[in-house]
Amino acid sequence: MFEIAILFLIFSSFLVLYRAIRGPTIFDRVLVINFIGTKAVIILALIGFAYGRPHFLDIALLYALINFVATIAFLKYRTTGKLG
Amino acid sequence: MFREILSGTFIFLGVFFIVSASIGIVRLPDFYTRTHPAGKADTLGQIFVLLGLVIYEGFSLVSVKLLFIIGFILIANPTATHALVKSAYISGLKAWTKDKKDG
Amino acid sequence: MRFLVSFFILFIFWFLLSGETNLILIISGIISSLLVSYLSYDMLISKSDLRRNIIMYLKFIKYIPYLIFQIILANIDVIYRVLHPKLPIDPVVINFKTKLDTEFCIVAYANSITLTPGTVTIDANKSKDFIVHALHSSYAHSLLSGEMEKRIKELENV
Repeated sequence: MFEIAILFLIFSSFLVLYRAIRGPTIFDRVLVINFIGTKAVIILALIGFAYGRPHFLDIALLYALINFVATIAFLKYRTTGKLG
Repeated sequence: MFREILSGTFIFLGVFFIVSASIGIVRLPDFYTRTHPAGKADTLGQIFVLLGLVIYEGFSLVSVKLLFIIGFILIANPTATHALVKSAYISGLKAWTKDKKDG
Repeated sequence: MRFLVSFFILFIFWFLLSGETNLILIISGIISSLLVSYLSYDMLISKSDLRRNIIMYLKFIKYIPYLIFQIILANIDVIYRVLHPKLPIDPVVINFKTKLDTEFCIVAYANSITLTPGTVTIDANKSKDFIVHALHSSYAHSLLSGEMEKRIKELENV
């Protein structure tokens, strides 16, 4: 059950990569990065359950935080030109 | 047994939402419309998958962690979408409208 | 007071994440949450009236079922429009002013707009101007009729 769900999520990530390669503006690419990052969180949680190792959830929580901060930091840099 | 069927239903409903969100990101015509599936269908899909895992696990510290992730996603995903759209709007990207077919 | 509240929130958070009952580990958890709350309690809890905020958060729980119902409607609608072979969309950008006052309510309203049918918030600020992108012009009308705004306005009346 978990393995099939993981395969579907990987498929959707590859589908979205088309938009990252093709995407006319840089914002499309950031949107795709955010999308793939959140998919990685879900895949990590599912892997933890599939192999019976719940410690993967800590990594998933951390990855969610880092992904959010990275998106915001990039957009702030793009808008204001500095990170301060 | 019943619990496993219920959690499986939740997980595959969530996966369906996520796959349709990715189809939407590929199909829709411009950046602003693409943020609609990324901000809504994606959020609900992730919440459904994680809720399915909570039901599968039952009541323990692991499901508390999953609930933390759900709450964080519910706050962070719309905020990230909003930051993206606002940054695009400030940089002067024009929105696609129906009468201009070649957007 | 604010220092103590942030310390207890951080310590409960630490305990739920680690799940350890060993004495040395609990002491190290207490020390680290004291350190973090000393450094950052200014940012975690704002200076405004604490009692009023708590009542507002409790009222917010009553708002959640309505929000969940709207989110599910929004998703079914977006998926219908995305999977439809002709893509029945007609996007518009609208401006309007809101009647909400507190920062918490403005943020809650902006995030609710993003999560509910066919609308994404582009800009929301302290001078109460909202810019919203709608996937179809009918959503713009249903947003301007202001049912959700009325529900959030109820949170402010303490």
